[in-house]
Amino acid sequence: MRPLLSVQGVTKHYGAHIGCADVSFDLYPGEVMGIVGESGSGKSTLLNCMAGHLAPDAGQVVFDTRAEGPKHTVTMSEPERRMLSRTDWAFVHQHARDGLRMGVSAGGNVGERLMAVGARHYGNIRDKATDWLERVEIDAARVDDRPTTFSGGMQQRLQIARNLVTGPRLVFMDEPTGGLDVSVQARLLDLLRGLVRDMGLSAIIVTHDLAVVRLLADRLMVMKSGRVVEAGLTDQVLDDPQHAYSQLLVSSVLQV
Amino acid sequence: MTDQAYNFAYLDEQTKRMIRRAILKGLAIPGYQVPFASREMPMPYGWGTGGVQVSAAVLTPDDTFKVIDQGADDTTNAVSIRSFFERTAGVETTTKTSEASVIQTRHRIPEEPLTEEQILVYQVPIPEPLRFLEPRESETRKMHSLEEYGLVHVKLYEDISRHGHIATSYAYPVKVEARYVMDPSPIPKFDNPKLGDMAAIQLFGAGREQRIYALPPYTQVVSLDFEDHPFEASKADHPCGLCNATESYLDEVIIDDQGGRMFVCSDTDYCAARQAAGHKGKDAA
Repeated sequence: MRPLLSVQGVTKHYGAHIGCADVSFDLYPGEVMGIVGESGSGKSTLLNCMAGHLAPDAGQVVFDTRAEGPKHTVTMSEPERRMLSRTDWAFVHQHARDGLRMGVSAGGNVGERLMAVGARHYGNIRDKATDWLERVEIDAARVDDRPTTFSGGMQQRLQIARNLVTGPRLVFMDEPTGGLDVSVQARLLDLLRGLVRDMGLSAIIVTHDLAVVRLLADRLMVMKSGRVVEAGLTDQVLDDPQHAYSQLLVSSVLQV
Repeated sequence: MTDQAYNFAYLDEQTKRMIRRAILKGLAIPGYQVPFASREMPMPYGWGTGGVQVSAAVLTPDDTFKVIDQGADDTTNAVSIRSFFERTAGVETTTKTSEASVIQTRHRIPEEPLTEEQILVYQVPIPEPLRFLEPRESETRKMHSLEEYGLVHVKLYEDISRHGHIATSYAYPVKVEARYVMDPSPIPKFDNPKLGDMAAIQLFGAGREQRIYALPPYTQVVSLDFEDHPFEASKADHPCGLCNATESYLDEVIIDDQGGRMFVCSDTDYCAARQAAGHKGKDAA
């Protein structure tokens, strides 16, 4: 099987500081990869390099596009990359405000990606938006309300609907449950798990919450100081951590 | 009487040259916003400083100049700009659309069809059609260069979801030659169909925002819409109270505090010409 995303030796420096260094892995279709590590360990830098928001200093990212097969996303032209990020990719921000248009109704937010790829039939766009609101458990009657009137959990679910409406194949998530209270987190995780399974999505989830990766991720990478210190199956890494830092990370979770 | 203290048409020749270069570039790339070094003009921003600079750059001593403000020749903005060029350029001025060779306009296109001998200069407050959707200039420029115009439809979508129809009634976004999305300046959408395939040259000047853009003659201009909510050029559903015209764009005028009102042509020259030809509306004295 051909990997959907292949990352080789990605390195990003911020001046003399290391953002992330020499990260390599393959992500196969339908697989969910978790990236964990403490704040400042380079997880978000790595995610942004892969999603095309940052240009890595070295290394390559190869994505298996629908139309043309594997392509280097770092060296492809900007219009191509932006097209990818509207169609095959999705990016879920930690703060829903970064990923939503707060002045535009929920329906408009979900419809934006459809219109960006050429949908020009109002009725169809609206039907699809309403359908997606229901799929992320938002009352369809709120389709004309602005996200400012939504709770934090609803905003996050709206952001997910907006990203998944064009049927992407790869979802980048940056702390999707950060800043939400635990019961809302649980619901969101449940929803995400269902969507990932149903749509056969591949996803890369950056988080510092081990419970999130335990529930969602098939494989796990542990990062420290910009480098991957341990990688493997999620249960294997969490139940039998080998690297000293992974052991510390696992042991510092409170058992209730 | 020309005021000899000024160069012809107020601006110095180097400035006019710079503006003409921007105009030529704009004509070469229809709908593209060309940055230019807008000068301080002896009038406040928002009063047509962009239009005045473009007019000054294209005027020649042989031209006949007309200024309209919301279709009218006799409102403050029109009167002051007309007298400005009478004083600084000494050109002939007129209120008759057919006699003018350069027409500066604020928010209207004259009712009378223009010819290849004429230039229409628009005053533009906000040249960027994406501005209220995307506040970052760097981002809107990128969206133009990459033809990413989905956001304009988001605005129209919001209109329909809130009002049941596309409620944008002026500054209605258009696509030029299937490439650039352009703000036609705040003309009523009634005038939008006239933008395309026009015989005259259309120049747009935004003084504060320092942008010039243009439509060469016979350019394809399409108003954006949805398949199930097509574009409609709308006007008040009345005949003109003075000249009985049914095809012209109308202003609603409140005439007393008892709810009385009348509808009159916003294009005063068109209305006056029709009245002179014997047409009479129900409110005509």
